[in-house]
Amino acid sequence: MASKFININLKIWRQKNANAKGSLESYKLDKVSTDSSFLEMLDQLNEQLINDQKESIAFDHDCREGICGMCSLYINGRAHGPDTGTTTCQLHMRKFNDGDTIYVEPWRSRAFPIIKDLVVDRSAFDRIQQAGGFVSVNTSGRTMDANAIPIPKADADKAFEAAACIGCGACVATCKNGSAMLFVGAKVSQYALLPQGKVEAKERVVNMVRQMDEEGFGNCTNTGACEIECPKGISLENIARMNREFLFAAAKG
Amino acid sequence: MSILDSKIPAGHISDKWTDHKNHLKLVAPNNRPKIDVIVVGTGLAGASAAASFGEMGYNVKAFCFQDSPRRAHSIAAQGGINAAKNYQNDGDSVYRLFYDTIKGGDYRAREANVHRLAEVSGNIIDQCVAQGVPFAREYGGLLDNRSFGGTQVQRTFYAAGQTGQQLLLGAYSALSRQIGLGRVKMYHRHEMLDLVTVDGKARGIIARNLVTGELERHAAHAVIIASGGYGNVYFLSTNAMGSNVSAAWKVHKRGALFSNPCFVQIHPTCVPVHGTNQAKLTLMSESLRNSGRIWVPMKKEDAEAIREGRLKPTQIAEEDRDYFLERRYPAFGNLVPRDVASRAAKERCDAGYGIEANDTNEGVYLDFATEIKSKGRQAAFAQGDHNPSEEKIISMGKKWIEEKYGNLFQMYEKITDDNPYETPMKIYPAVHYTMGGVWVDYNLQSTIKGCFVAGEANFSDHGANRLGASALMQGLSDGYFVLPYTVSDYLADEIRTGKISTDTPEFEAAENEVKNSIEKFMSNKGTKSVDFFHKRLGLIMWNKVGMGRNEQGLKEAIEEIGTLRDEFYQDVFVPGDSNEMNPELEKAMRVADLIELGQLMAVDALNRNESCGGHFREEYQDAEGETLRDDENFKYVAAWEYKGMDAKNSVLHKEDLNYEFIKIAARNYK
Repeated sequence: MASKFININLKIWRQKNANAKGSLESYKLDKVSTDSSFLEMLDQLNEQLINDQKESIAFDHDCREGICGMCSLYINGRAHGPDTGTTTCQLHMRKFNDGDTIYVEPWRSRAFPIIKDLVVDRSAFDRIQQAGGFVSVNTSGRTMDANAIPIPKADADKAFEAAACIGCGACVATCKNGSAMLFVGAKVSQYALLPQGKVEAKERVVNMVRQMDEEGFGNCTNTGACEIECPKGISLENIARMNREFLFAAAKG
Repeated sequence: MSILDSKIPAGHISDKWTDHKNHLKLVAPNNRPKIDVIVVGTGLAGASAAASFGEMGYNVKAFCFQDSPRRAHSIAAQGGINAAKNYQNDGDSVYRLFYDTIKGGDYRAREANVHRLAEVSGNIIDQCVAQGVPFAREYGGLLDNRSFGGTQVQRTFYAAGQTGQQLLLGAYSALSRQIGLGRVKMYHRHEMLDLVTVDGKARGIIARNLVTGELERHAAHAVIIASGGYGNVYFLSTNAMGSNVSAAWKVHKRGALFSNPCFVQIHPTCVPVHGTNQAKLTLMSESLRNSGRIWVPMKKEDAEAIREGRLKPTQIAEEDRDYFLERRYPAFGNLVPRDVASRAAKERCDAGYGIEANDTNEGVYLDFATEIKSKGRQAAFAQGDHNPSEEKIISMGKKWIEEKYGNLFQMYEKITDDNPYETPMKIYPAVHYTMGGVWVDYNLQSTIKGCFVAGEANFSDHGANRLGASALMQGLSDGYFVLPYTVSDYLADEIRTGKISTDTPEFEAAENEVKNSIEKFMSNKGTKSVDFFHKRLGLIMWNKVGMGRNEQGLKEAIEEIGTLRDEFYQDVFVPGDSNEMNPELEKAMRVADLIELGQLMAVDALNRNESCGGHFREEYQDAEGETLRDDENFKYVAAWEYKGMDAKNSVLHKEDLNYEFIKIAARNYK
């Protein structure tokens, strides 16, 4: 890989706290390696700010391997930036050109209020999970042997694909309605596809959907933007499955 | 007589845990709601412990610094989790897993703890499947397995290259259920900044709300630390950016001994360093060594031509490649333990055969071409095509690889812009896991009563080198199957204690200490960022307390870290305020602890005049470059007592290791 250096301009959302008024601030950053990740570029900018005795930019990040789901960012109008199938931490500067102006904003959604700068509060996702995103078995380990129930490989694979969701919230941020249907659909699907989850499938989907509505997420109008921006390729099929599960649960009362 | 009582139960190794459990005290269900338990950290160990204690009926408070418990770094574990199920009928047993783990740890782990781990390993898989963890399965619907380093059986359960994610989400779902039921109160974006002890017992913590900056007092009858490892002392590691030693270090500063800090795992297969602004390194799962073959060119001039871009790896003929692990270790081949593989890669690169065009030429190939062909042929045969074309074989082989390792291949391509289906991966060792940690007895209790330590944060199960797919096993074992018994035994004497007040001189004093240290950073008129010092610390650690260590380098490191610590306190600049979200302040508090720890690691490494597992003292090696243990003088756990921020003053205590059931021998993978 041939690495080179580029100079860029940045317009970054700064906001002191949840109640303060925010604005886009301009920054210039030189000598950015194209091998750097987007977040390493922000580290570099923060280093420059600190060396100028200025306050660094707050952004969420942790694993930097695209799996913890903590990083976010709207980059040039797209959740997780211009590349597809990637989180912001796995986006690399080789996707940008020398002299580019890059806009960096936080997730924009009513259910994800801003905490500071680019950091938002996604605890609504946790509360949806707490409402039903589990199998109600105790933790004794004294269940049946792991191989007691064979599961068709195709079902296990589909459940896994749904379970690959990292809970980053790109689906919500990118949706014009701020809907969380892809996130909830993925969790509902994972369990609905497995015999262990089927036992309480009805209660699960009803409870999770109720909590989702309470959190102020919008409705789904099938635009499919969520699927396109999902870094883990979670399929719209999961929303369809959740709708079927929900209808089934509602019809059975 | 040592102050360390490991409390290992008497009896035969396979009866110890059962007998012990049968004699531990219990807390009746009606008494549990009167008792508070704090759990710090929500990775596999913390989440499973918090869920278990909530379920039993205790009042649980769980803490994590991330925005959600689901972010804990267990999530990034890739390859798998071991369990002695013997589903593959290839000779596995509890004893084999026990033996492999002791041997893999180069005979520096406790027999009784490791045997317990092997005993409960099967329950973990049962538990996870019951929770809806979607493990990989075979076409018959049963669970699939693969191999990991240091073993000759297939006992590793997995979910593509994201097993840690699936297991953590399983534990997170169990935790979420308890939060929803009101039995666990979750404090996310909170960081533990001190342990509060009253009359020698752990009675609570001081935590900082990372959103508001407020300091909070939380009381409990027992405190469980499950805050992970300290690999970030090297700045560059496969750890998450936020991973830190602070919770464990605060406990150490309050009197808990810290064990074997120099035992660090350098993982052989990571994406090589690209430049000075790099913030972290990315692991390529050990599971890839099931399918990939590690090599460098046989001829130095070929390596040079590759580095200069004149040759491509695919142009090197088979006979001109040195598959050095297969050459040196024919019995285990590419699946030798991590420390062995890492040293072998370093040896080749030091000798001038490295293939990466960076400052240090450090990189070797991990090549999937052989596996693509063999698995492609198999897949074609399975479809009834017994005479497949070369093209079909390759295409089906790539599909097979994608199914097993798709996410890893994608991650590699995103980072390097190279397509590993077409050209071999370039890899090099990087800091990954820390075997050392807070000293705990068989009950996982530290030397502070009521303070228990679980998962990577303790030292107990992996000796001087952890085998692949064993960290997930240990985290869940501690949280689901060990702590619920041993902590309950401790709490049985607490049922008359009543509610613990936070309005006491001990809490006041601890809070003031934290407040002062924060104010010191905020009012410091420094000029350099926290990262500036962290990177310097990392360089000292990597160069002198890294893969190869020697007396002179370690002595230098001890002095250099001392100087660095002074400069850090004089010249660090922390912008912003303390009464708001302030990531730089969080980092400063963590790096302060990492500096102290780093120095203790060097002290510990200097003390240990032998080579074992990941601790390689260059003075102690055999003619073939293998580790030379000194069982006569160093068959012990080093447990250090804190005596102020200069680790040179730390006091060493020793716990002798007794091998009653495994014959101690030189580790041999040839």
